[in-house]
Amino acid sequence: MIRSVCILLSFYLSLGVGAYGKDSSVSLRTAPYPGKGSPEESLTITARPDDAEVELDMDEYLYGHVRDSYEWHITTVKGKPVSIPLPVILISKTGRGVHVFSSRHLEEGEYQGFRIATEGKYENKIVERGADGNEIRPWDFSVTKNVLGLMINSILLVLIVLGTARWYRRHDASEEAPAGGTGIMEMMVTMVEDDIIKDCVGEDYKRYSPYLLTAFFFIFINNLMGIVPFFPGGANITGNIAVTLVLALFTFFTVNIFGNKHYWKDILWPDVPTWLKVPVPLMPVIEIIGMFTKPFSLMVRLFANILAGHFMILGVIAVIFLTAKMGAAVNGGLTVVAIVLGVFMDCLELLVAFIQAYVFTMLSAVFIGLSRQKPETN
Amino acid sequence: MSLITPDFGLLVWMTLIFGIVFFVLAKWGFPMITDSVQKRADRINESIAKAREAEERLRNLASEQDALVEMARKEQAAILKEAAASRDALIEQAKVQARDEAAKILDQARTQIAAEKESALRDVRKEVAVLSVAVAEKVLRKELGDGSGRDELLGRLVEELSSSEDLKN
Repeated sequence: MIRSVCILLSFYLSLGVGAYGKDSSVSLRTAPYPGKGSPEESLTITARPDDAEVELDMDEYLYGHVRDSYEWHITTVKGKPVSIPLPVILISKTGRGVHVFSSRHLEEGEYQGFRIATEGKYENKIVERGADGNEIRPWDFSVTKNVLGLMINSILLVLIVLGTARWYRRHDASEEAPAGGTGIMEMMVTMVEDDIIKDCVGEDYKRYSPYLLTAFFFIFINNLMGIVPFFPGGANITGNIAVTLVLALFTFFTVNIFGNKHYWKDILWPDVPTWLKVPVPLMPVIEIIGMFTKPFSLMVRLFANILAGHFMILGVIAVIFLTAKMGAAVNGGLTVVAIVLGVFMDCLELLVAFIQAYVFTMLSAVFIGLSRQKPETN
Repeated sequence: MSLITPDFGLLVWMTLIFGIVFFVLAKWGFPMITDSVQKRADRINESIAKAREAEERLRNLASEQDALVEMARKEQAAILKEAAASRDALIEQAKVQARDEAAKILDQARTQIAAEKESALRDVRKEVAVLSVAVAEKVLRKELGDGSGRDELLGRLVEELSSSEDLKN
């Protein structure tokens, strides 16, 4: 089984690195990311055979890969971007009602009074014009690349978990043990439950185990799909602050809604010398700030780790294109180095994908455990 | 920087999607798996406990068996001993009885022999008496026949007889 996993992994990685390279090379040689801007601008980063100057717009290359977008750019074939147009759903703030249309219409510029801002506060976001000519951001509920990625990954996760659960419904688990995919899932579920949830939450872990398991597998599958460089994957989901913010908020509410009396007493009236609490409530203030810094750290940790991972892989691959004009020898040599490094980074990201899911779940479990602690009896 | 400002639309979608995923998995997914695994773990623990108990019982059974065999052997020895004793006693008794019987038979034979002897002696004595009387008769007749000294003789004989009679009595 270990061997088959290894083969799968190496296959996955070779695909990954290859596709990153291909994707980048194609996108660099041709038109910029949709919504980037005017055709004149695109010429500066174009590397046609007759064009001596090869300019790599590093910012656009890096941010274009990690940010959310209104369409899902897959690749570019012969100068034409191949992308999946996604539905745009807008509620106008200037009283023009609800608008639903395909993101394809935005490629040409303004559509129904909406366009993608090229600069300023709302760069790369859809804006409309207010009465005074200012750019106003409408209520934007578009199914963006990240939303579609979330949906695909969630469906995948639900199918995997319900498929596993179905095995248990059809078999007597106390008579036989599952093999194959169900076995792997059982191993992972048991690992999370035994190593993280039982240890960190304490007595009434059963109540929190569905949430923590969901959080673990949700983060894990989104991290993994983020490393896959082509269509169903490749969206930088867990490296998006909105996603990690929601996850952190779920943990925040779980901790504070189900916190017991002792937890609140520890925040509002901790066991410290009285002068630290009265008249200046120093410790309570620190504790209350702590209530918010805990989920904040959860949010930032996951976001930053995954985003940094994406940046590192993209950076390593960019070496190939940055050295393109330095001659065949240098470029060839550095390409080999970049691919070796890319394989290494992808392996590292696999590890990080697991570790970050593990850490998020473990810290959530620890915070929940702290909010359920019983007062120490002397 | 748009990277660190959460987008409202994505926030809403993420909340919705994660909420649905959480609901579905918490209702039909994970509890089923964790409960089944828990059930299996319980069953394995239970089986181990049972196996241990059975082993313990088996061990007890063996020692019990040993005790039983030991007891049977002891009983066997006791029975054998008793049998030997009773056999000896029986033989002893038989011997005594046989000796008694033999003694009795001997006694009987002795008395019978004595009686036979007596009766034989008596017969002989009777015969001798008859013979002696006959002889005496003949002698007397001869003596008395010539007549001399008949009276004297008669007298002496009577005297002798009476004296012998006296002696006898």
